Amino acid sequence: MKAIVCVKQVPDTSGKVAVKENGQLDRASMATITNPDDLAALEAALKLKDATGCEVDVVSMGPATAEGMLRECIARGADKGFLISGREFAGSDTFATSQIIAAGINYIGVEEDDVIFCGRQAIDGDTAQVGPQIAEKLNLPQVSYAAEIEKDGNALVIKRLLEDGFMKIKVQTPCLVTCVKELNEPRYMNVAGIFGCFEKPIEIIDFPKVENDPLIEADTIGLKGSPTNVFKSFTPPQKGAGQMLNGDDVAAQMAGILAKKHLI
Amino acid sequence: MADFTEYKNVWVYCEQRQGELQSTDFELVSEATKLAGEIGCKVVAVILGDQIEGLAKEVAGYGADEVIIADHPLLKNYTTDAYTKVLCDLSNEFKPEVLLIGATNIGRDLAPRVAARLHTGLTADATHLDIDTKGYVEFLRESSTIDVDNTTFDYEDRNLKMTRPAFGGHLMATIICPRFRPQMSTVRPGVMKKGEWTEEKANAAVITKVDVKLAAEDIKTEVLSIEKAANKLVDLIGADIIVSVGRGISKDVEKGIALAEELAEVLGGGVVGASRACTDAGWIGSDHQVGQTGKTVHPKIYVALGISGAIQHTAGMQDSELIIAVNKNESAPIFGVADYGIVGDLFKVVPQMIEEIKKAKAA
Repeated sequence: MKAIVCVKQVPDTSGKVAVKENGQLDRASMATITNPDDLAALEAALKLKDATGCEVDVVSMGPATAEGMLRECIARGADKGFLISGREFAGSDTFATSQIIAAGINYIGVEEDDVIFCGRQAIDGDTAQVGPQIAEKLNLPQVSYAAEIEKDGNALVIKRLLEDGFMKIKVQTPCLVTCVKELNEPRYMNVAGIFGCFEKPIEIIDFPKVENDPLIEADTIGLKGSPTNVFKSFTPPQKGAGQMLNGDDVAAQMAGILAKKHLI
Repeated sequence: MADFTEYKNVWVYCEQRQGELQSTDFELVSEATKLAGEIGCKVVAVILGDQIEGLAKEVAGYGADEVIIADHPLLKNYTTDAYTKVLCDLSNEFKPEVLLIGATNIGRDLAPRVAARLHTGLTADATHLDIDTKGYVEFLRESSTIDVDNTTFDYEDRNLKMTRPAFGGHLMATIICPRFRPQMSTVRPGVMKKGEWTEEKANAAVITKVDVKLAAEDIKTEVLSIEKAANKLVDLIGADIIVSVGRGISKDVEKGIALAEELAEVLGGGVVGASRACTDAGWIGSDHQVGQTGKTVHPKIYVALGISGAIQHTAGMQDSELIIAVNKNESAPIFGVADYGIVGDLFKVVPQMIEEIKKAKAA
């Protein structure tokens, strides 16, 4: 058995987000981090490794600079890294991205009792679509929003979050699980891991390595293979500045305004 | 250009849990009537489940012309496999032009799987939908910094324009799916306005029961149990008054939340919301979270206590009717979206506000 973890390098949207004049994101000026939900997915895989000794592979699709993030995942305890990278893949929407990552996972190889872990969603797009779409392309069962995972023989029993509670779902392996932050507390890199991470392999999966996969067609990958297009992107206008209340009696002023507006 | 003449009507996948429709279903059917009006087609609501025919009129009353009922014992509880298969079969048979799904935890499991199988595009968590370009341009005029009068638009365009926040709400993007059908979007709960339910519309709808082809082998997961949360969850989306807390309560978390509760109470009975900082820190349950990764709300009064106002948060509350912000830091971005701002320590200001509001109410 092995665990394959899908991770994404994302701009840190909780910090300063720079937007260019034309409404596009100025990625170059922003710090990048490993997507938080993906760290929960990695930790889930590492817990499985702690319990069973299984191999943990991390896979990412992105530019060459994402290699550093894969090294960090290895420093946390993963065994191998795979970076799916190539200009043929650029401009992919969630549909095309999942085609490509699924082909990359086929290249790594999915065996009988493997588990693929993804984060629920990435903080740059917030779509939560790529995980389930990879599962569809690999014809695997999926469980999304996993907040607890227990191994039960060849199956996993997963507590899956709903808005108003949860479901307990049993799923046979191989399967794909998307993880929420509540699932666990990601472990830190340790010194041995940091030194060791440069010894472990990171393989680049480029276009020639996957081009014979049936999932990879000119009309299923990249910008041309993306069913959705961005029609317009724009920044929301700043709301007109409101009124600042000053003085020692701000609370009374506020109450007065609410009363005048018949809101209390 | 592909030929889409076979594709007709706006479909809404209506989610039921244990035989209960979700409020987002009614919002989506109401929104679908607007879209269908723009292109002159029908609104079709689709309900999957076990013995759910009785739900048809409940959604039809919001304006569905037709309700498709897919009834099967194996559809009793939601499973990705069964629901994906049945919804894809229906889509392949009836060919909807648009398929909308509520962006609930279940909708966001189902929709991507369906879109991938149908080989079509999917927009996540849309907060605004247009087909008619004129309406879209008016929307841009109100909600963007685009100079619409000096921009060229194709007024004949009949693609569904699906607008959603991206990058934590820093950017808005309008997505189209020009080459494939159905045009699919999940839609953020609480954003679209629910219309009025009428008996007349409920009775006018055509109810179609369809054959469901489903076998136990189609389903590779097993639902062992479904449990409701032990604590009653807070209804942020339906609330008229929300008092939210942020990192500013860190000095005394319990007191801060208690003050928010009390203020909500004197304002007329509201609920307590929170920024992501608070839910991430575990100070309050994640069901209280307002923002891009939490809930989108538009109450009559929104009070932000000790919330700096990162776009992550304001994306979920900026459409509130009246926003009051209390923050120690006079340059906090929350004051940029607030109607009324008070610079001060919430632990001092809020008790005073509670007193003054009580006085004003008694007067």
